[in-house]
Amino acid sequence: MGQGKWPFVAVASGLALLAWGSSWGLAFAPREAYMGDVQRIMYVHVPTAWNAMLVLTFAFACAVVSLVRGGWKWDARLEAAVEAGVVLSALVCAQGSIWARPTWGVWWDWDPRLTTTAVLLFAFGGIMALRQFVDDPVKRATWSAVATVIAYVDVPLVYFSVRWWNSLHQMQSTPETVSRAFHWPLRINAFGVLFLLMGLVELRARTAFLRRETELEPPPSRAAAAVGVAS
Amino acid sequence: MSVFLAALRKDLLLQWRTRAQLVAVFVFGASALLLFSFAVGPNAGVLRQHAAGFLWLGLLLASTLALADSFESEMAQRALEGLLLLPADPRALYYAKAVANVLQLTLLGVALVPVMVVLYDAGTARVGALVVVVALGAAGLSAPGTLYAAMTAQARARNTLLPLLLFPLVVPALLAAVKATSLLILGDPMGQLRAWTLLLVAFDAVYWSLCGLLFERVVED
Repeated sequence: MGQGKWPFVAVASGLALLAWGSSWGLAFAPREAYMGDVQRIMYVHVPTAWNAMLVLTFAFACAVVSLVRGGWKWDARLEAAVEAGVVLSALVCAQGSIWARPTWGVWWDWDPRLTTTAVLLFAFGGIMALRQFVDDPVKRATWSAVATVIAYVDVPLVYFSVRWWNSLHQMQSTPETVSRAFHWPLRINAFGVLFLLMGLVELRARTAFLRRETELEPPPSRAAAAVGVAS
Repeated sequence: MSVFLAALRKDLLLQWRTRAQLVAVFVFGASALLLFSFAVGPNAGVLRQHAAGFLWLGLLLASTLALADSFESEMAQRALEGLLLLPADPRALYYAKAVANVLQLTLLGVALVPVMVVLYDAGTARVGALVVVVALGAAGLSAPGTLYAAMTAQARARNTLLPLLLFPLVVPALLAAVKATSLLILGDPMGQLRAWTLLLVAFDAVYWSLCGLLFERVVED
């Protein structure tokens, strides 16, 4: 794995962008006509949701490469991406609940996107548990890659089944569906979360890779230890 | 094909010889159905409304016991490793085990239906359609369940790990199976049964092909 300093730059610029975008969104962007100030949570909620999907897609790509080509680098990236995906999904659910309570009057709603995010949270949380409970690093790498592929394929199935079952959520917010006045804070925060995510995932993958190296390092053989004592 | 048939014969024989276990799993499922009614209270109308959901939750909880057991004997004395060294095609071994699990879970589900009818007053005249829905739902639980059971049988904390991995995954299958069963019991004025059955078939098709492909990687050494 690389040793470059770019992840630190990415984390710093991500934090700076988030501070800029959020302060713009909180203080300077116009008040939304119907929802009022509650709507301002959109400036973190929507970017978090986009990036959660993105990092889980990256986890799926890592799993496929890890299954096809192998290599500890991809296993380390998978570990980092799954963890980041679980954290972001949990954040999306929490932010969504905070927004839903004053807007819809309930903390939770069985809307397709909300439910899919919750299912993803549990599915990928289960994969994190799987990695904890398997001691053999080779099996751990293969099995968690297999489980990631299986869980990712489930996403559209969950989404459409829940959509048929029940629906209430408003249309996704994209720069096309919201007024121009809201665009810039949304975009700045989306890139802020993205840079932060890239930096943190890379740093986490490096840690995982180093851990794997110490795990796989063969213990000093008896013969070598005996020679050491003799000399 | 002959490997598949031989493996299927072995799995069915194994299940026949441990049939006392299946009876225990059935009793577990039936007592879960009994307990669900205490959670809701003795309101006949509400119980009937939720009967399909209770049936599938009972079957899902019971299935984790049945699925976890299905690889127990394969890991004892490294029987699976021996089969792979024969060499037997891992795909044939997977499909044989999965088909055996579908048969077992279908049997379990069909056996739980009378319990549901008695406890919740939720009968249906379309018994054939109900058996088909139960079999399709059982196939949806078995495809990923068999694959995960192969993993968790070799891991620590296997009893926690299997439901942890399986439950979020089978949400679409559970949803479709509950809806289809519910429509059979409560009537289907909008003709939605077909759509939910198709969703169940789609789930089965995706996971029966995908898990068959991935099983080889799970058991290789």
